[in-house]
Amino acid sequence: MSTINKPIKTTSRPVRTLAILALGLVAMTGLVFIQGATSVKLGLDLRGGTSVTLQPRIAPGEEGTITNEAIDQAVAIIRQRVNSLGVAESEVAAQGTGTSRQIVISVPGDTGRRVVDLVGQTAELRFRQVLATGAGASSVVDPTATPVAGVTPELNAQFAAFDCTLPENRQGTGTDLPSQTIVACDRAGLTKYILGPAEVLGRQISEASAGLDTQSGSAWFVSLTFNSEGTSAFAAVTSRVTSLPEPNNQLAIVLDGLVVSAPRINEAIPSGTAQITGSFTQLEAKDLANVLKYGALPLAFDRGEVQQVSPTLGADQLDAGLIAGALGLALVVIFTLAYYRVLGFVTVGSLAIAGLMLYLLFLLLGEWIGFTLTLAGIAGAIVAIGVTADSFIVYFERVRDEMREGRSLRTAVETGWIRARRTILIADFVSLIAAVLLYFFAVGGVRGFAFTLGLTTVIDLIIIFVFTKPALVLVSRLKFFNSGHRLSGFSSKSLGMPTTKEA
Amino acid sequence: MSKFSGLGGRLYRGETSVEFIGKRRRWYALSIMFILISIGSLAVQGLHLGIEFKGGSSFTVTTNSPSVEQARSAVQAAGVDGELIVQIIGQDKVRVQTGSLESAANNAVQDALAASFSVDVATIDTQIIGPSWGEEITRKALYGLIGFLIVIMIYLAMALEPKMAVAAIIAVLHDVFITVGIYALVGFDVTPATVIGFLTILGYSLYDTVVVFDKVRENTRSITASSTKTYSQAVNLAVNQTIVRSANTSIVAILPVAAILFVGAGLLGAGTLKDLSLALFIGLIVGTYSSIFIAPPILASLREREPAMQALAKRVSARSGATTTSSATGSVSLPNSVRGPRNQPKRKGRK
Repeated sequence: MSTINKPIKTTSRPVRTLAILALGLVAMTGLVFIQGATSVKLGLDLRGGTSVTLQPRIAPGEEGTITNEAIDQAVAIIRQRVNSLGVAESEVAAQGTGTSRQIVISVPGDTGRRVVDLVGQTAELRFRQVLATGAGASSVVDPTATPVAGVTPELNAQFAAFDCTLPENRQGTGTDLPSQTIVACDRAGLTKYILGPAEVLGRQISEASAGLDTQSGSAWFVSLTFNSEGTSAFAAVTSRVTSLPEPNNQLAIVLDGLVVSAPRINEAIPSGTAQITGSFTQLEAKDLANVLKYGALPLAFDRGEVQQVSPTLGADQLDAGLIAGALGLALVVIFTLAYYRVLGFVTVGSLAIAGLMLYLLFLLLGEWIGFTLTLAGIAGAIVAIGVTADSFIVYFERVRDEMREGRSLRTAVETGWIRARRTILIADFVSLIAAVLLYFFAVGGVRGFAFTLGLTTVIDLIIIFVFTKPALVLVSRLKFFNSGHRLSGFSSKSLGMPTTKEA
Repeated sequence: MSKFSGLGGRLYRGETSVEFIGKRRRWYALSIMFILISIGSLAVQGLHLGIEFKGGSSFTVTTNSPSVEQARSAVQAAGVDGELIVQIIGQDKVRVQTGSLESAANNAVQDALAASFSVDVATIDTQIIGPSWGEEITRKALYGLIGFLIVIMIYLAMALEPKMAVAAIIAVLHDVFITVGIYALVGFDVTPATVIGFLTILGYSLYDTVVVFDKVRENTRSITASSTKTYSQAVNLAVNQTIVRSANTSIVAILPVAAILFVGAGLLGAGTLKDLSLALFIGLIVGTYSSIFIAPPILASLREREPAMQALAKRVSARSGATTTSSATGSVSLPNSVRGPRNQPKRKGRK
């Protein structure tokens, strides 16, 4: 379609375009095989499982506004908890934008209650003195070993037997009572600790940030500032532990029952501002700063929505979705064939290719971005059959209009295209805007609807350019259509032309 | 059907012409009546909100012998008092809806139902909605609606014409309003899926309107250069020319939605599919109506106020003489004002 000045026959190369489309489809199929995607990933509502949507809010008794960092931390905390269940394909993700994001947890299978109980608890940040450390795995209990000062023999035995390599021991339930001496793991499960009672609380931090030491150039550190309450508490604990031997001079930063970091206290810090240095990378320093910021504002999690779907209902819903799709497709095919006669097969072909492309994309997106098909997603795809067929109708009717103006079919498919293309682009773009906004403003499962609706609108645009248009150009060269056969959809009778055609 | 497509040809050439614009007062009156009914039923009955908006729990037991009484007594025995909605869904399901429950109470209800119907707890489909969830959904849906209207208004104003954008948005608001009114009137359940359905209608309704308006734009590109048609007449021709297209695109859009509705309501009884498709089904019908009977007349009304278009209407009526009573009556509602014609027609920004 480079210029319209050239003779119209040479302006489009339908065979070449169709060949490109075929190549594209082959390439996508190849990608599917390379990625090893064998089936479309189904959402929990189609295969059974539990999904919980949490709305973070500020914990009772706290003040302040929810920050992005706090939500990121909350997601990390809940992911840690959910992973401890050890259920394959569990997912924790934040949905939405900014500080009104929700946290969506999906766990397949029938762990329903445990998930619901696990994820709803508030997580807090606390500073605790390190009483003992050890390698993550459990060790043989040595009854004769002297317990560390201030640790009961029972706790010492528990410490020895504790195995931080097991995921369930890294659940971080948030049930670590501040007044107790506890056994805890670090987040990765490499080290275990005995920790004294909490001495400084996360809410006593007023500020935390990562910074770069400009003197040495490459050393990242985390600086934190306490409020007045925190300043005196921190001063007390630092002056007490700084002279103690390793590891008792370490102060563990514990978030949700797990040790994030356990820096050594080099000196008493009465000023209320402290720096944590070490061989941090930029990322590590920022992560630690975010953990501390989260501590300044512990979030509680409101259960927004809990959905437990049994595998039976899941299978029923999948069947219903597929039946509805088949029925919808059949109705549209029957209608287009009845109305546009043989020409309707172009639409049927387009729908078939759009369907194939959608299926391949479902497979690929499942691998790439973890796309899962939900019932609402199926509904979106079915509704999109209409959107896709609409574009063809707009084009076909346009071509028929051009023929009513006295143009031949061959000319009409080109001149009609130029006009119809504009209309289709505007109309599809409107659909796309609707889908994108729905996606960002929808809550929970119905987002899948917006996603497939948007995806299919894009596919529609591709198909109309690379299939429908060239296919119609090819068809217009066939005598069957050219001569206005009464079943072709272009007969002068169906166009309502008063006399014979072909000006 | 070929008879119908023959009609398409006559409509295209203007041989057969339906007065969409000329009789706009009739359509306006009809729509205003619908809107008043909507306001009335919203005020009197309000919307029937699902538990997603009020907070509460829903338990669905699949069993060979579903019984409302058995389910009710089991749940009450579990210590849940207050309002209970118990329904049989489809052939083999019974659903209990309660108000907001504590976590432990939810578990107790599950256990009681499982024991009463002798099924495994894991086979009970449960949905628990927190009390503040509804506000969150409503807030987001409102943001979505406002954001959509603003973005679309700007986009259509750029892609088409500013007044077309205004007319399209009015038509879309009309659709949403009437659809919501129908929900209030009939008492259909409103769930988050319904809300998404409402929002999707926006995009759909606009699809048809865009097709019509694009044709209007084409027909009126250099309308002030000649004196053959008034703006309203040109709009009327465009609507007639695109009506077959609008009818077909609407049928093709409604067919799959009807299929989902049929399967969703028939096979599953309740849930996302039914709620979504019902809202779409009603909205699509209203949207088709508005893209033909509401959006184009509003556009014509808006544009006919422009001095250039009034001058054009005057020229057209002068040219065709006093005998103008044919299909051109569309513009007769305009006052034949004595204001002097502006010989410089106001140029629209677009080519």
